[in-house]
Amino acid sequence: MKKKMTTVAFTDTPEQAAQLNALIASYKDKEGNLMPVLQGAQDIYGYLPLEVMKTIAIGLDVSVSEVYGVASFYSQFTLNPKGKVSIAVCLGTACYVKGSGKLHEKCMEITGIGAGDISPDGKFSYDATRCIGACGLAPVMTVNGDVYGRITPADVEGIIRKYL
Amino acid sequence: MDMVTVKINGRDYEVPAGSKIIDAARIAKIDIPTLCYLKDVNEIGACRLCLVEVKGARGLMAACVTEVTDGMEIRTNTPKVMASRKTNLELILSTHKKECLSCIRSGSCELQKLSRDLGVTDENRFAGKNVKNEKDESTAFLVRDNDKCILCRRCVAACKNMQGIGVIEALNRGFDTVIGTAFENPLAASSCVSCGQCIVACPVGALHEKDDTDKVWDALSDPTKHVAICTAPSIRATLGECFGFEPGVDTEGKMVAALKRLGFDGVYDMNLTADLTIMEEATEFLGRMKTGENLPLITSCSPGWIKYCEHYFPEFTDNLSTCKSPQQMFGAMYKTYYARKRGLDPADIVFVSAIPCTAKKFEVRRPGQSAVGEGIYDVDYAITTRELARMIEKAGINYKALDDEAFDKPFDIGSGAGAIFGATGGVMEAALRTAAEVILGTKLEKLEFNDVRGTAPIKTATYKLGDVEVRVAVTSGTKNAKELLNKVKSGEIQADFIEVMACPGGCVNGGGQPVQSAAVKAAVNLKEKRASILYNADSKMELRKSHENLAVQKLYDEFLGTPGSHVAHEILHTHYIKRGL
Repeated sequence: MKKKMTTVAFTDTPEQAAQLNALIASYKDKEGNLMPVLQGAQDIYGYLPLEVMKTIAIGLDVSVSEVYGVASFYSQFTLNPKGKVSIAVCLGTACYVKGSGKLHEKCMEITGIGAGDISPDGKFSYDATRCIGACGLAPVMTVNGDVYGRITPADVEGIIRKYL
Repeated sequence: MDMVTVKINGRDYEVPAGSKIIDAARIAKIDIPTLCYLKDVNEIGACRLCLVEVKGARGLMAACVTEVTDGMEIRTNTPKVMASRKTNLELILSTHKKECLSCIRSGSCELQKLSRDLGVTDENRFAGKNVKNEKDESTAFLVRDNDKCILCRRCVAACKNMQGIGVIEALNRGFDTVIGTAFENPLAASSCVSCGQCIVACPVGALHEKDDTDKVWDALSDPTKHVAICTAPSIRATLGECFGFEPGVDTEGKMVAALKRLGFDGVYDMNLTADLTIMEEATEFLGRMKTGENLPLITSCSPGWIKYCEHYFPEFTDNLSTCKSPQQMFGAMYKTYYARKRGLDPADIVFVSAIPCTAKKFEVRRPGQSAVGEGIYDVDYAITTRELARMIEKAGINYKALDDEAFDKPFDIGSGAGAIFGATGGVMEAALRTAAEVILGTKLEKLEFNDVRGTAPIKTATYKLGDVEVRVAVTSGTKNAKELLNKVKSGEIQADFIEVMACPGGCVNGGGQPVQSAAVKAAVNLKEKRASILYNADSKMELRKSHENLAVQKLYDEFLGTPGSHVAHEILHTHYIKRGL
């Protein structure tokens, strides 16, 4: 699925900027440096903002289109920040046959956003993931890293409410 | 050169060690089908159309990336090879927008030719997920239709590997993969320099120049308009290729005859304003040498190079010659001097240029290119060699059968110096011929400046002209320009005068020139072949120096005064923008 660019405005702290610069400096002129720098940048910011991709391009002396080409190719990279409430539903095979498709629909209904999106106010983000390795608990959803297993669409609202 | 022996389809051939199978096959007079392959530019083995059987290999091998070894036994046309190639081609066709009848590349499309060559009988054998993409028509010079793109990445490689720019890349993955700029912004929002090398790299109709021929047709059919055209130095060297001539045939006389049949009110030779450019630029150079300001002087004829400099080396924009390009000088003189002389209202003149270049479409609407005044552009439309060929075809003109005709007066005389503008090193040589005679005050015995000729990436030379030492550097292709400018910055190369052309080899290999297939490009050195026409023409001419061009002298006598005069600056010079990235 095509990745969407965020509409949330970019902000960063001086600490984050310093971390990014140090990261770029440590990989500069090394072969195959783009992937680790993108991974590191995502660790710093939680996602890959446009401004950060530009900084990386200049820092590593590659074109910004190359940076974006790599970031948009690999599923490990996200171009959207996580919301305050970061929700994910597993659409892996086991979860799917146990009905996670219904959870998926319910999450989109409650948050009002599609998979891979963040709400404009930054409150919710929602992802439909591949297998997260919790097949024994299928169907599974996660909220801010907490795992909820063997749930039904009726449980979804209550779970999300706990994080508001 | 070390040679090895390979067996191709049962016959032995001696080929250079280290050759790729595809090159060895060419020696055996076999063209292996390719789509993604562009020799020395894109060799990635992605399209899998060049598959061949190699004895002892586990599967079929990609001929474009596999090196030959001594004793290798290759089969290029077994049933297994042909079936695999055909299936791979049918899979490529499964996501291609097959609008062949209306496609701009119909007849010159490599995908179309391969479908025929490989015997495709059902272009819809497989149905891919056909993702609809919006055409990118954001710039004045280029159209990208990703629905026709086969993702061969030849344009990406041309931009990144050959030109050293890389504004386009493969984005996303799977069926969503598209070629585009960062963040999928329109091309106009990027730092694209408009050279058009992506277009001549494209095997299909996914990329083409923004077509301006309808506007030219409209003007030609408007009785209230005076419509004139001038042709750039390199068009005569390449237009024949669109009409079945081999690369390297000069068809100047037929080109002029065809333009007259299209109904232009004047058909002129841009070599003349190439000479005019030299008068201004040599004067500018001598002036800067005297004051030492803004040296090195860098040529400004190539609008792709100008845009590159503005984006990527804005610190050098003060070094650029303020001279307009020959195209712009022609339009400016036509709408001022000639309009006055003929009693024409500049507003009623439509001035067209035929150019080897897509960047010139961008140049015609730049600020500072309207000598008459705002709203009246020096040049109304710039059409590429390909567009001109389409107009000639549309008019049903039998190009091959035309008898030679001559350019119209009073803009029919160009010197040999003007002629060689179309090849890398040509502008430098032309300027040196004039500057040298001015500095020395005597006539040069030898007019050839061989050090600046040829397609080497960076050429440098030092000429001692009396007491004056002139250090020159010449490059073409923006990747080489980047290297040269970085060396100038570091002091590794010291130069007083630099010529840069955006396209490798200069205008003869411009982004607006006839598209040749990857097979032709691998077999023929187009840059040298086309350039040889210009150098041959120059060597045969009596008039070989810009300052001896009487038609140019007349322009100064009747209108401009002296080179570098106030009037000349008003009409023939321009300014630049520090764009940055």
